[in-house]
Amino acid sequence: MTPASKRDAAVLVTALRDPESALALTDAEWTELISIARAESLIGTLAHQLINLKLPDQARLILHDAIDAGKWARKQALWEADCARRALADIDCKIVLMKGTAYVAAGLDAGKGRSIGDLDIMVARRHLPAVEEALLDAGWEWVKPDPYDDQYYRDYMHELPPLIHKERDRMIDVHHTILPLTARPKPDAQAMIDDAARLDSGLYIMAPADMVLHSIAHLFADGDLAGGLRNLWDINCLIRQFADADDGFWLALDRRAKTHGLDQELGRALRLADRLYGTPVDAKIAGPAAIGDGVYVKRLLARDGFGRETCYWLRQVFYIRSHWLRMPPFMLAKHLWTKWRKGGAGPR
Amino acid sequence: MGTFYSRCLQIGPARFRIASAWRQPLDLLNALYQDYPSLDPGLVDYTVRLEPQKWWRKYIRPSVHISGDYWLPDAAPLPLDQSLLAAEMGMNLQMALGWRRHLLLHASTVEKDGKALLMTGLSGSGKSTLSAMLGEQGWRFMGDEFALLCPATGMIHPFPRLISLKNEAIAAMQDMVPDDRFGPLMMGTPKGDIRHCIPQKSAIEAMAQPARPALLLFPRYGYEADVRAMGKSEVFVRLTQASTNYVALGEAGFRALTQFVDTVPTRAMDYRSGKEAVEQIDALWSGAQ
Repeated sequence: MTPASKRDAAVLVTALRDPESALALTDAEWTELISIARAESLIGTLAHQLINLKLPDQARLILHDAIDAGKWARKQALWEADCARRALADIDCKIVLMKGTAYVAAGLDAGKGRSIGDLDIMVARRHLPAVEEALLDAGWEWVKPDPYDDQYYRDYMHELPPLIHKERDRMIDVHHTILPLTARPKPDAQAMIDDAARLDSGLYIMAPADMVLHSIAHLFADGDLAGGLRNLWDINCLIRQFADADDGFWLALDRRAKTHGLDQELGRALRLADRLYGTPVDAKIAGPAAIGDGVYVKRLLARDGFGRETCYWLRQVFYIRSHWLRMPPFMLAKHLWTKWRKGGAGPR
Repeated sequence: MGTFYSRCLQIGPARFRIASAWRQPLDLLNALYQDYPSLDPGLVDYTVRLEPQKWWRKYIRPSVHISGDYWLPDAAPLPLDQSLLAAEMGMNLQMALGWRRHLLLHASTVEKDGKALLMTGLSGSGKSTLSAMLGEQGWRFMGDEFALLCPATGMIHPFPRLISLKNEAIAAMQDMVPDDRFGPLMMGTPKGDIRHCIPQKSAIEAMAQPARPALLLFPRYGYEADVRAMGKSEVFVRLTQASTNYVALGEAGFRALTQFVDTVPTRAMDYRSGKEAVEQIDALWSGAQ
């Protein structure tokens, strides 16, 4: 009858940031680390960070499984991307891979062991009708049969309502920009598509600064920070790799953040990545520590050693904030009212 | 966050931490799993969580929501008096969704002379009951839920958790097994009446010993006694459906399964009573040797 010794997810952050620290863990602490890492979808990443150390046998087995599972996830993600490429081959438009699929397709460090769920792609908004039709022809189907949800997506969101492939059971999200149309920042989607880089497969990935800013927009200007530790890990890996490869990266990142209206979010992301993962960041762009940073840290770490979410009220606050960011007040009230009557609102 | 009780236990090669908001399921697990290796506090493969869906459901009409490292979004909660079933379902869920060290076949397994007999089939085929009966009649019980096929060696590894007896099988086994090897009778669960039975001590002690598969049966309860050959392609396809991780293992899973189908004799077997089935199995077993 042992209580959990870990009251938050700091053990995971520490292990990712300083792998050798894991060598001092007791068996019970390992169990907690693994539960937390699975809950945060970071078990594959953790495995890559730790696997070359002298680990307890049981931990090695578990992490080895996670690496194998990651290889499989990678293969499946790339296959799914190729299926989309073939379905859209007749349309003359750039297909930009996003998030996890982009990281593994480009062979980036952020892709190592990363779990990948849906396929996320971005196309220019004018191509949406043709893309939608081609995907439906190729066997994708609507997931949300609810007409309110469907219309909501089309009017206000940055993506089509999600589609799922009827045979492979895999979801695709087709974006035309990176934030809901009702959000305050208005990223320049066309600039992102214009500057995207072509891969050998004929698919595209975003330019380095855009890739980082998309991840940041997703974490700080859109969602409720659930699963945010993984997102912040992506940001940490991308920044380390891009800044190493190109001296002009910080300047490009700073400029691009202003273009997209995401400079405040960029500052926040850099400070938190530095604070949690020790990311080397440009101090001027990161700006001075803000009072709110600690609240974000608390939210990101809100998970105990059993893998349970903690800090219920804090999570509620971030959930409401996520809607606040997405919509003007009157629209938010109307939306929540409609969803509440359908019995759907509330955080997971 | 309320209090959470937990204990770790090992079944075959898999280690679990069962964490619960109530003491009841853990007291039951402590009693029923007392002959299993203890590893508290251990480094385990999976955490299973038994929690109230809403905090007040810990006290008012307590309802047990099953989750853990791996979970399903639409898992239905169970009443507290079925918490042992919830714990078992939670462990099965972790295996089905997470285990990668073996190809998991939804099959029961018993062993004799170092060789394994596997029985698979749809729910209601009687595979669990037959393995429990054989386990009391000179065979070693290896598992009634999952057979773990090792991709590297082709051996079957045991997963001898508590035997989950359903409906009529409960009375049949109560005639063969002393009372102190049974858990509580749970009436009206989503799977019917359920009572768990502790495998024989020797089966638990041998839970690290694999066995070479020698015979695979597809039993079917309620039909006139009959034994039929089966085509390899049918066996292969049915086993892919009976495996929870065949797809996730990729090429390794494919190789393990094709080798299994190529080398292990397979029969479909119809039967109307446990006695009849045991006779047929004895005859098939001596033929397969």
